[in-house]
Amino acid sequence: MNESTSGKPSQSTIIDISNLCLTFETQTEPVHALSDINLQVNKGDFLSFIGPSGCGKTTLLRVIADLEKPTSGKISVEDKSPHEARLNRSYGYVFQTPALLPWRNVESNIHLPLEMSGYSKHEQKKLSQQYLSLVGLSGFEKKYPWQLSGGMQQRVSIARALSFDPGMLLMDEPFGALDEITRDRLNEELLRLWVETQKTVVFVTHSIPEAVFLSNKIVVISARPGKIIDVIETNFPKDRTFDIRETPEFLEASQRVREALKEGHNDGS
Amino acid sequence: MEANRILNNLISGSVGPVMILVTIIVMVWYAGAVYLNSSFLIDRYEKNNVNWSFSKLASDSWSMERPVLPSPHQVAKELKRTIWDQKITSKRSLVYHTKVTLSSAMLGFAMGTFLGIVLSVGIVYVSALDRTLMPWIIASQTIPILAIAPMIIVVLGSIGIIGLFPKAIISTYLCFFPVVVGMVKGLRSPDKILLDLMNSYSASKVQVFWKLRMPASIPFLFASLKIAIALSIVGAIVAELPAGAQAGLGARLLSGSYYGQTSLIWAALLTASAVSATLVSVVGRMEQSIIKRMGLQT
Repeated sequence: MNESTSGKPSQSTIIDISNLCLTFETQTEPVHALSDINLQVNKGDFLSFIGPSGCGKTTLLRVIADLEKPTSGKISVEDKSPHEARLNRSYGYVFQTPALLPWRNVESNIHLPLEMSGYSKHEQKKLSQQYLSLVGLSGFEKKYPWQLSGGMQQRVSIARALSFDPGMLLMDEPFGALDEITRDRLNEELLRLWVETQKTVVFVTHSIPEAVFLSNKIVVISARPGKIIDVIETNFPKDRTFDIRETPEFLEASQRVREALKEGHNDGS
Repeated sequence: MEANRILNNLISGSVGPVMILVTIIVMVWYAGAVYLNSSFLIDRYEKNNVNWSFSKLASDSWSMERPVLPSPHQVAKELKRTIWDQKITSKRSLVYHTKVTLSSAMLGFAMGTFLGIVLSVGIVYVSALDRTLMPWIIASQTIPILAIAPMIIVVLGSIGIIGLFPKAIISTYLCFFPVVVGMVKGLRSPDKILLDLMNSYSASKVQVFWKLRMPASIPFLFASLKIAIALSIVGAIVAELPAGAQAGLGARLLSGSYYGQTSLIWAALLTASAVSATLVSVVGRMEQSIIKRMGLQT
């Protein structure tokens, strides 16, 4: 791995996970959520975790975010421990639900992380304007969360995660609760955001088309214990649109993901 | 048709139903006054061989000097005599007595709210306090306030603390409980996902408190304050009973029962409940305006 980082600076590793295991101690019996995970995420990757419900893909994302501690194994995030990376505010996290504070309006919700990072009022205002326009919500600054649709709320949540310019965006099924039309539109927007901001994105989903469309690397995870079954790399143009869903390459990649999911399922049972 | 429309208008507004209810209460009250006062009157009639009719019984029972239950107009007259016809600084004025009770209730309410918030923060942030404090707090409310009030007044009096403060302590004793219960629930109300969000920003405990837990607890706080402010009046009145206080609505209740002046008791009771209702509605107004200013959906 050291060779590749030194050899190709553009391909530097931002997340490095080796032999990682995580076991939850419950009252009845220990639950093996993650088992022997080995994974490198490169700077600028759009990487997706895909797997059946309860396979530990969210847990893996939470380990990267230092919201969960691994039982054994090594993990580094931006060459630091996840804990240090979190204290450094290295990532923006987008949850399954928008997780906006109901007593703050859109603008002030985006100010939340900025306040904690000590930005001045003026900078806060400038950044919230900038990222609201990036997610297409200019003019909604003074609206309260309950006045927005689910899709708009999730866009605010993405703007909030980007506002303090972290290197990584960690997204946990951000569009899972939305209808398919909204989800498609937000997928295209997210792709555009990824290209524009050049962030590293780690994305959790259980939708095959979503994973294949968005990612350049798809990590298929099996059900308990969560193990990596396959890593599928795709090479679609960065300015792709939904038209690519009809191409043979897209269908082939989807097929590989499906096969891997099936394999993981057979292993599990 | 026309009658139907009038009936509908009467029921649909908020004034109509209230008026209907008040009318019913007043009617029941008058009937009750006849019923409760009649045995005494009939005894007297028979002793004096008076030839009495029901109408005489009714009008006599509504104008007795020391009735078991005074009639509404007697209480109204008493209210007018003690509120309207007196200088408000006079010791005969109910306004004066209300002010005495109200000031100790408000002091107690403020102290109780403060104590309640402090305790709830301690309980939420220190798990040892959660386990040790909560049983005591609950136990404190199982002691009848009437039993403990004289003790507190006497004990504080013996160490030289007299006047407003011991009375306020009784109100505090009643007030802090709903505030603790409500605030503990409120401070713990944020979803795990919001706590994770704050964690992802590596927020400090102080930041989590001021930016998440405290704002989330505001609706819970106001629900508690509405209960607490009504209790503060109860506490202040109860505190005036045992020590034979000279002033305050409690003192009025006491002297009323001393001299068999039931209309005096009822006037004080009505005043106390009017004051409580006003205070609760003031807190309700504050709640609405703050919730609205916070942008929360009501």
